[in-house]
Amino acid sequence: MAVSTRSTIEKELTEAAAAPNRMTATEHHDSHDEHGPVAHGLFSPPTGVTGTDSRSGVTMIEAINQALAEEMERDPRVFLLGEDIGPRGGVFGATKGLIERFGPERVLDTPIAESGFTGFGIGAALLGSVPVIEIQFADFIYSALEQIFSEMAKMHYRSNGDARLRMVVRAPIGGGIHGGFYHSQSPENLFVVPGLKVAMPATPSDAKGMLKAAIRDPNPVIFFEHKRLYRSLREPMPEDDVLVPLGMARIARPGTTLSVITYGATVHEAIKAAGSLMADGIDAEVLDLRSLQPYDKPAILASIAKTHRALVVHEASKTNGFGAELAAFIADEAFMELDAPVRRLAAPDSPAMPYNHLLESAYLVDAAKIAAAMRELAAF
Amino acid sequence: MATLTAIAPLTDHRTVGLSDDDAIQIFDVMLRTREIDERMWALNRQGKAPFVVPCRGQEAAQAGAAWALDPKKDWLFPHYRDLGLALWFGFTTNELFLMFFAKGTDSISGGRQMTHHFGSQARHVASISAPLGTQIPHAVGGAYAMRLQGTTGAVTITCFGEGTSSKGDFYEACSLAALHKLPVIFLCENNGYAISVPMSKQSPVPNVADRAAAFGFPGVIVDGTDPFATYAAVRDARARGVAGEGPTLIEAKMYRLLPHTSDDNDMTYRTREEVRQAEEGEPLRRIVEYMQARGLLSEDEIAARRARIRKEIAAAVAAAQSAPEADPVTVADRVYAPVEEGI
Repeated sequence: MAVSTRSTIEKELTEAAAAPNRMTATEHHDSHDEHGPVAHGLFSPPTGVTGTDSRSGVTMIEAINQALAEEMERDPRVFLLGEDIGPRGGVFGATKGLIERFGPERVLDTPIAESGFTGFGIGAALLGSVPVIEIQFADFIYSALEQIFSEMAKMHYRSNGDARLRMVVRAPIGGGIHGGFYHSQSPENLFVVPGLKVAMPATPSDAKGMLKAAIRDPNPVIFFEHKRLYRSLREPMPEDDVLVPLGMARIARPGTTLSVITYGATVHEAIKAAGSLMADGIDAEVLDLRSLQPYDKPAILASIAKTHRALVVHEASKTNGFGAELAAFIADEAFMELDAPVRRLAAPDSPAMPYNHLLESAYLVDAAKIAAAMRELAAF
Repeated sequence: MATLTAIAPLTDHRTVGLSDDDAIQIFDVMLRTREIDERMWALNRQGKAPFVVPCRGQEAAQAGAAWALDPKKDWLFPHYRDLGLALWFGFTTNELFLMFFAKGTDSISGGRQMTHHFGSQARHVASISAPLGTQIPHAVGGAYAMRLQGTTGAVTITCFGEGTSSKGDFYEACSLAALHKLPVIFLCENNGYAISVPMSKQSPVPNVADRAAAFGFPGVIVDGTDPFATYAAVRDARARGVAGEGPTLIEAKMYRLLPHTSDDNDMTYRTREEVRQAEEGEPLRRIVEYMQARGLLSEDEIAARRARIRKEIAAAVAAAQSAPEADPVTVADRVYAPVEEGI
């Protein structure tokens, strides 16, 4: 019985491997697995994103770990809560070593109850503690939306400024890591509402400086960390206590032909695309927004005043994505500056990122797609 | 409707350790709550205010619970029917009418929130919303913050109806409170109806208190029209919490004598006769009879107290009606706290 079952499985495995569009082992696993047998490619995404990649610097996940440790050291009111953040150190390793250093009361493993522990954090913040909540994947944040929208976003306004919630909700976001529908989503647009701040860094140093600023901010901050960037680039990290203020964009690549306005992992795709077009005389500027709420309107206007062409790029799907807001803003405020219509490049309007690697690639906005959109815009 | 013990005599206040003076003060909280509630209802019916959430029938449980709490140390995470507890935590009659008329000088939200959405950091009353049950995990996190900050001798209390006890936040909060043995009192004011849906259609088990067993902490049922019985239950729950023994769920059974809100028509789902029967055992009537029968307050003394409260209410209504309106230019103010204050 056992022998015949095994031979059946082996036969079917051979057939499956020979079938079209199979996912290869190298695509699914990578060499940076630091998390033992439980983890696989999902939790330690592949390298290869262009940027300040070097073996000597600090990765984004390490930068986040440093920011958490430094802020916990600096302010005894700061505490962490979330699923698997204790001895496990978080499924991505963001809280690695922190329970050993700060103890289980300040690094609190929670039951799987996103609404309950988000509400718990709000109550703690009302009494003067500073919770930093980890939602394991942004895909799982929806259980907590009532607490985030009805409570967190409105607390300060509804109390006429009396109550404030100094707290952060961290959530790994984005795809391209073979995470399928429910480990790849980019729901950042939902959180762009009055009363919340939304941050989404693209580099390790920004992740560190912005997370530190978010923890010190007297307002609730939703802090999205792109999973594909966690270990795919390294950057030297200053020793000092560097804060990167929320709400301020940075020019990730200066240019003159057109402005790519983006955030998160697509910043690096856009830089790569821009490099590939230099030979064709297209010199694109890449503006990394870094914050989505509030977002840096003067920086967008300044870039467009220089290039007169705007391409808005994000990984989330197109209709009613955050790019719709950006395009509307540019049309409202910079119409007379424009030499071409504002263009948007985003994922297709399908419900989520598929698991199969070819479908996933088809869904993802990458450097080649950005380069094609840049050419079109430059030629208009 | 909630199963009320057939109009039994109130618990003797002395058997739960209360002095005569304590009993009189508890009576005062109930009377003031009833008078303010009735005045607000009447003002709404006269077309002078758009909305009201009544608490008629819930005064005893609130006043009894109040007497067991220390507003200087404890924190209240209320629901919108907790007028009596709001009074105990320090809101003045004047403030409550500014809230009711949503005036610019409303201390709770400057007229931004609907009436009865209490909140004041200085008074240890957490700001609340209208979606139900969201405040329950807040109370648990508040208790956790007390522990992190080394605050002892204090509890958080959160109140909600039996309807709210169907929501996930209730269960998730109970679980977190029990896991960490936090000093939290879950006070369910079971008034028999979730707007129109009776308890029998909300819950497969007859008592909300039964659910505490799933989390390993006590679930206590009290007659919520008996202030002294409720006092004793909340006092014991507070002692447990302060001693590090963890949370308690108290289900105070009572009856909502008025519609859910001023926008509800309760005659679409219950009969006049049912309400009339409940009125016979309603808490104000019971406490008035008790005070007189025990010789604690005479009919004349009660009338004098009522007259004094009514005079204060009349002044508060007049003051609130002539108070300045909210300034429209402030509509987008105080969305965010200034960053420099945080860093």
